[in-house]
Amino acid sequence: MSAVFVYSLVGIGLFNLGLYALIIYPHLLRKILAVNIMGSGVFLVLVALAGRTASGVPDPVPHAMVITGIVVAVSATALALVLMLRVSAATGQPELPEEK
Amino acid sequence: MNPDNNNSTLFRYLLIAVLITMTAGLVYALLSLPLLASGLSFQVTQNLQLSGVENPVTAVLLNFRAYDTFLEMGVLLLALLAVWSLGTLPKQRETAPGEVLNSLSGLLIPILVLMASYLLWVGASAPGGAFQAGSVLAAAGVLLILTGWQLNEKLQGLPLRFALVAGLSIFMAVGVVLMLFGRRFLEYPPSVAAALILLIEAAATVSIGITLVALFSGGRPESEQQ
Repeated sequence: MSAVFVYSLVGIGLFNLGLYALIIYPHLLRKILAVNIMGSGVFLVLVALAGRTASGVPDPVPHAMVITGIVVAVSATALALVLMLRVSAATGQPELPEEK
Repeated sequence: MNPDNNNSTLFRYLLIAVLITMTAGLVYALLSLPLLASGLSFQVTQNLQLSGVENPVTAVLLNFRAYDTFLEMGVLLLALLAVWSLGTLPKQRETAPGEVLNSLSGLLIPILVLMASYLLWVGASAPGGAFQAGSVLAAAGVLLILTGWQLNEKLQGLPLRFALVAGLSIFMAVGVVLMLFGRRFLEYPPSVAAALILLIEAAATVSIGITLVALFSGGRPESEQQ
């Protein structure tokens, strides 16, 4: 099995671990971290699958997409963290209130 | 949560089962992909000498798919606007950093700025470019904030905002000016592509760096009473 598939399998693993944590833990900071881990998994799959060329030089298009994606993920994380701070300032706890 | 503890354990096992099924499906899909798939790398290599840069990733980012990068600068700005609309910067006293911290940041900041400029320049021919340079610049800014520095009040108004939108607006200006010359939006003529890409990347580096620092500080700077 080539390194490409090892890396992309690890990416799938990261994605599912993140999804599990996103659903299970109520704490918003954990949810934000979980979404970031899911994103890292997707990036890993994209970067790894770009390496399946005959020449060995990876396909630059997915790499450019991942660079774009990282910046978007960083700004979304910053926005999510600020929203989390607002929620915990408004309700006194860093979790979304239980639905009645 | 306590009364339905049993319920949540059941839910947890159910979730694990669903996720394992999903993982199995994804692994199956992944393993059935062809071993060789060059994607678009042939087209990129074919047109690389027209793009104005030698690094294929920079060529894709700033030339072939420049529209993506343009909109991405918009996303960055939009995230900052959303953060700014949620509240103002927490009032912080300007602290005088200690002697050691002061000399350390005095050593590190110029090196980080130099490194950012190098990454920006080298992006044309090797891994590097506006995003990498911008994040190094942002690291310098975060270091400054953490060691107790603050932006001068005079710079917190218009100058800060100009720096934040510089990347997006120069990107848009280049695209629109090219349209005036009868080309399509962001379709660079190969003869000036290198210069245009460097111009856009330089502006984008500054904007990305400052936007990330502003996102880090997490609020809009208190506007002076007018």
